[in-house]
Amino acid sequence: MTDIPTTAAAEILGTTDPFAPRKDPFVTLPLPAARALTLLGAVATIASTFMSWTYTTDFPGDLTVNGYPGGLQVITLIGAILTGLIALGAFRVKGLAWLVPSRSNNAVLLLAAGTFATTWYTVIAIAQELGGLANLDPGGFVAAVASLALLIGALALPIDRHPLEQPDADYYELGRFSENGAFRGTWAWLREARLRHSELPVADPRKLPTWVQYLAIIVVAAAGLKVLTYGLATGYTEVFVGYLILVAFTLWSFSAAGLTRQFSQITTDHRPFAMIVGVLAAIAYPFAQNNEHWANLGVNILIFGTVALGLNIVVGLTGLLDLGYVAFLGVGAYAAALVSGSPYSIWSGTQFPFWAAALVGMAASLVFGVLIGAPTLRLRGDYLAIVTLGFGEIFRIAVNNLDGVSGPKVTNGPNGIAQIPDLSIFGYNLGDSHDIGSFTLGRFANYYLLMLVITVIVVLIFTRAADSRIGRSWIAIREDETAATAMGINGFRVKLIAFALGASLAGLAGTVSAHVTYSVVPNPYQFSGSAPPNSAFLLAAVVLGGMGTVSGPVLGAALLYLVPEKLGFLQRYELFAFGVTLILIMRFRPEGIIPNRRRQLEFHEAETEVPAPRAPGDGAVTAGQAGA
Amino acid sequence: MTTTETTGTAPAAQPDGTPLLHASGVIMRFGGLTAVRNVDLTVNSGEIVGLIGPNGAGKTTFFNCLTGLYVPTEGSVSYRGTVLPPKPHLVTKAGIARTFQNIRLFANMTVLENVLVGRHTRTREGLLSALIRGPRYHKAEARSRARAMELLEFTGLAGKADHLARNLPYGEQRKLEIARALASEPGLLLLDEPTAGMNPQETRATEELVFAIRDQGIAVLVIEHDMRFIFNLCDRVAVLVQGQKLIEGTSDVVQSDDRVIAAYLGEPIATTEGDAGTDAGTDGATDAETDTDPDGGSAAGEQENDR
Repeated sequence: MTDIPTTAAAEILGTTDPFAPRKDPFVTLPLPAARALTLLGAVATIASTFMSWTYTTDFPGDLTVNGYPGGLQVITLIGAILTGLIALGAFRVKGLAWLVPSRSNNAVLLLAAGTFATTWYTVIAIAQELGGLANLDPGGFVAAVASLALLIGALALPIDRHPLEQPDADYYELGRFSENGAFRGTWAWLREARLRHSELPVADPRKLPTWVQYLAIIVVAAAGLKVLTYGLATGYTEVFVGYLILVAFTLWSFSAAGLTRQFSQITTDHRPFAMIVGVLAAIAYPFAQNNEHWANLGVNILIFGTVALGLNIVVGLTGLLDLGYVAFLGVGAYAAALVSGSPYSIWSGTQFPFWAAALVGMAASLVFGVLIGAPTLRLRGDYLAIVTLGFGEIFRIAVNNLDGVSGPKVTNGPNGIAQIPDLSIFGYNLGDSHDIGSFTLGRFANYYLLMLVITVIVVLIFTRAADSRIGRSWIAIREDETAATAMGINGFRVKLIAFALGASLAGLAGTVSAHVTYSVVPNPYQFSGSAPPNSAFLLAAVVLGGMGTVSGPVLGAALLYLVPEKLGFLQRYELFAFGVTLILIMRFRPEGIIPNRRRQLEFHEAETEVPAPRAPGDGAVTAGQAGA
Repeated sequence: MTTTETTGTAPAAQPDGTPLLHASGVIMRFGGLTAVRNVDLTVNSGEIVGLIGPNGAGKTTFFNCLTGLYVPTEGSVSYRGTVLPPKPHLVTKAGIARTFQNIRLFANMTVLENVLVGRHTRTREGLLSALIRGPRYHKAEARSRARAMELLEFTGLAGKADHLARNLPYGEQRKLEIARALASEPGLLLLDEPTAGMNPQETRATEELVFAIRDQGIAVLVIEHDMRFIFNLCDRVAVLVQGQKLIEGTSDVVQSDDRVIAAYLGEPIATTEGDAGTDAGTDGATDAETDTDPDGGSAAGEQENDR
């Protein structure tokens, strides 16, 4: 009885290529008008930031001054300028076209959206915090309208999007009335609205002169450092929110523009140089600001990131789910504290030099890693997760009880080992401030630099191990353990090596962490808590950042550390927010923020039918298509 | 029983004779189920031996017993005169490599990396060596890569070395599995249904590949359902039915054996007209499957009693 519109389906199937790239605007306007509106919106937004947005100085970051942007206005200003530049690049204006090698307007749309979001967030925050729209100056309204115009203009540009969904025969005949069919139908518009720019051809950056490539690496490193220090320096939650919004949208937009792809090609071609510049930028961090608080943040992020990198060997490469990993950090920290010369240590007389303490910490973690790993690594999958989860808790509880009352006196129980003296390396006391030229390196800056050395060592260990016979066998075990053993890999042995290596790297980081925090107490070394590092956060950093990559876990660690630090209001909902974020990431970007090339191919197979265009030798094809 | 075909082209090809793999009295029980009953099998060097049997006959279980994935309940498996340890990686190290019935590649590694993993037992570089990266490490790594590329040339996958294994078409995944197994420099290669799901051209190509492997001096034991493939390829064929070895012999012997036909087709209908078709060499498989021999009745009856 129901009419089956097969003819309609056939027509659609016959006339359109289902996978044809689609360039449709979201808002219908003539193209010149859309472009004009975009540029006009950008200019007006820029102009608006020079006006006063509110009457009072009650809102954080003085927004009352005419002719001088402050606080969130600066972020809006930067966003609008970037949008304007990218728009000119996307419109192929001579001299700026290189900004958008993918020729996609998606880059414009994303930056416009970022600017719009920041501006409207500011305006709404002013109205909400100060009680009503009455607190807005005309400048605030101008900014709101201008950024809205900018967004509408960008929406009216032809946007590269996912192909239209085909109402295929199955759907019409079987699925139409089924739950699934209805579901698919309802959400089709949303899927069709998704942007699609990852396969657009971009010019091959290897054709650029070498010095330009080197310069690009330096500029990006410097800009990254500047952006990072700016973000850390933001004193107000509101400004940090605006900053986060803009940074996220800008990075997304650069990826849509194809700049990210070009840059990653450059860094793979000049890997040693890129690494050196990256390290130099990291060294410059404590010099770029003279604030001990930020240096402290830096150390903690590095410790957290280094431990996450160690966990990445276990989880990302070998595929062993370790839920008690933070215990190894604790073992390292306690071992270092015991030989640090602290008066609360049972061996209060012994004070090892740092290298010896680091070795002791590593060795202790290694021993524990082998002790835990040897009986459990014969198991597969979930069993290991449960055992490691148990071990993590056992460590914390045992350390709590080794106080001389419930058990032998080793760790002073909940009081921990306090008054750990500062390290002194070659007569350089890390506890004192040192003047280098016009810069002053405080205590945390010293530790930051020490930790940076350790991070670099861990990165080297990670990359070298991953790209070798042993690393390949780890990945093989992750992929298919049965096949791996049939290929002659001693699964148990190889897994134990990964487990022990991961553990000792965490122990190494732990030795520094003990000295940075002056004291070691059992409480932070638990499965989950509201502050990093704990096992759940470490795992989240690895998964969020990107499994199997170097930069992923470090970035994930930085985000997981900074966001709760800066967004105080989240505190009560922090774990909830992380849960939601992780679910969203797993659903929409399972390979993490920074994808491993392998994993990206794995998860987005349908979207990339051909292997990665980044493979050596294939670049010429894309370059040819781009005609650059 | 012995190989008749020797090839002059391959320098490494050893003539028949020396037993390479010797399985004697292998019994595999899973609880009350006996999957493999008292099977003896010998593979000589330079030989291609086929293992056929209806679905569920215990062929793959027997394979798993040979490669250490299962520990046989009774019986022993020896390779070059020494009893094999019941650990897959030690079996591979001893010189037996295998492929799997349902392809088990390392899907998210590149084609080259898959083959490099196969080199695991023939290289020694450990973690320290990888971290220090001395000249010895670089030399070993370069040698492994060269050997892996050689094998990819051999199997015709060299052009796809940088592709992810999961992105290869089906037939090439099968080839890659063989290349990966060859990378462990085996003396004996076990192939578990290498042509499953292939079209006739691909099957033909696989046949050539297996001959080429044999010509390199590697003995091959192959499980297959494609009778034409088996009888073309194998010097000897063993038939496994219900976990028991029914018969072992040259293609002709096996094809004309009534019990084999009965095992594949069930009890013959006594009234069917007999047709002389079983002696055809290459077409034997299809003939054997379509024809029913009136004389097979008694054999089938015995088979029935065994059940």
